Parts: sequence; structure tokens; C-alpha cells
Amino acid sequence: MALDVMIVDDSAAIRKILHRVLVQADVPLGAVHEAGDGKEALEKLKSASVGLILSDINMPNMDGLELLSALKGQEQTRDVPVIMVTTEGSSSRVMEAVNLGAAGYVRKPFTADQIKEKLAGLI
Amino acid sequence: MNHDKLTQLVRQSTRDVFGTMLGIELLDADAYIQDSAPGPSEGVMALIGLAGQWAGSGTFSCSAASARQIAGQLLMQPYEAIDEEVLDAIGEVTNMVLGNVKTSLEEELGPMGLSIPTVIYGRNFTTRSVAKSRWSVVPFVCMGERVEVHLCLAPSKEAGGLTRLAKDQLSAVLSILD
Repeated sequence: MALDVMIVDDSAAIRKILHRVLVQADVPLGAVHEAGDGKEALEKLKSASVGLILSDINMPNMDGLELLSALKGQEQTRDVPVIMVTTEGSSSRVMEAVNLGAAGYVRKPFTADQIKEKLAGLI
Repeated sequence: MNHDKLTQLVRQSTRDVFGTMLGIELLDADAYIQDSAPGPSEGVMALIGLAGQWAGSGTFSCSAASARQIAGQLLMQPYEAIDEEVLDAIGEVTNMVLGNVKTSLEEELGPMGLSIPTVIYGRNFTTRSVAKSRWSVVPFVCMGERVEVHLCLAPSKEAGGLTRLAKDQLSAVLSILD
């Protein structure tokens, strides 16, 4: 079954790179949705169902941790694994994300293999 | 937080970002301290603010040609001109470089916030910092061209948040384009 994915990052460059990594990864990729911040992601998720979310933390309007919290509070998105892909590397931020229910955490700069490794662990 | 320590953190982070995401090996040039922040007067410059018990600003700057090359390496496609994608790529590279510097600094200086990058492109622009702090200038040679990271950091008089920082950052930059 194809895996639909949502990529949330305010940088179009990072969205493009992550999209490319997903295409290269050994996963049955379906639709790839993109959003520039948490608010846009929540809006798009009203009409799109995904099996995985890759999200930045530091974004305008609604950051990645607020998004994560909102996703875990909604029945239809509660069980969707969310991998944080971010420059935020302090242990307090990592713990905050883990406590909110993040399924993984990848620090920027990242290699394609690091993303693929996280995907392999989830799928 | 002294100049040597900042230089070391900037070098480590910048090399890491360029090596991992762009496949570019940077060569170090001599770092120095500057009392003001004139920076370059043309090309591409990205600015990011840092806030916490210590606060300041950081910039990454390069020529337009370098910006196109850096974006090309990051996104694996050629760019003939500076466009939205190039500016976004430079903003993200700056975010990664200074974000990782911030993470290292937090071990010593406590939690800090990082603003969203602001990217400027043009000719005949000047930058000015309201802060009186000294700037650590850390240059590199990137594919034969000079790129620079500037970082200014000082104890915060009030542990202000990102709102105050963003205001300072905006007022700190005077951009006069052709």
C-alpha cells in the first residue's frame, strides 16, 4: 500500500530535498503533500490523509511543536508518526518533542541515509 | 563568550553544513573582530537573530555568483539567476549554520531562540547594527570565492523574547537597493 506523506517546512529548499529523499528511499511512496508551517499543514490535513509527517520546528505562524501537539490531540491524526527534521538540537527541545509524541528526530544538516534510516524504523 | 570560541563554533558548524548538505569543502580564511557591521555592499546576505540570556545577530553573506552555486549544490540543479529558490536556499543554509552554533552555545549560555531568516539581495546596500557589540567575522573560501559568517553576541540586558529581537533585527538593517 502506498504511503502518503506530508512535509512541513518554511523552506521550499528543504521541502524539495526531503521530497527527493523520499523518492529515493525504499518505501512505496504515494502522494507527497507540502506545507510551509503548522497552520497550513493542519488545514491541508483536513482533506488529505497521510501515513507519515516530516516537520521542521522553527516556523512562522505555528511551529512544529505546536503542530505536533495539535496532531496528537486530534483523533484522525493521533496515530500518524511525526519525524521532526530541524536545526533545534538542544536536549530540552528534543525531550519536548519526544514528550509530545514525536516518532523521531533528525537534526539539520542531515544526510539522505539518516532520513532513510528513520523511515525504515517506522515503516 | 569570546571571539576565539565563537570562531571555533562557527567554523565547525559551517564546515558541517557545507560538507553534509552541499558536498563542499570550505577553506578557512583569517577570522577577525570588527566594531561595526558594515558587511558586504552587494550580493546576498541572510540575517538571523538570537535571543535569550545572551542575544545578538548572525549573518551569512556571499556574492550573487556564490549564492547561485550554493543553491545549485543544495538543490542539485543549476541556477542562472538569483530567484526565490536561491534566496530560500541561502536562508536555509544560514538557518542551519547559525542554528547549530546556537545549539552549541546553549550548553554554556542557556536556552536561546532563533528567528526566521531574512534574506537581502541587491547592490549598493548597507547594513547597520543598533547594538554596540563587536562582531566576530569568520570568512571562508567556498569554490574559489569568499563567503563570510558574522556573529555578534552579548549578554542581554533583559531576557527578551523573539518579538523584541525581531524588532531589533528589522531596525538594525538598513537596506538601500539600486
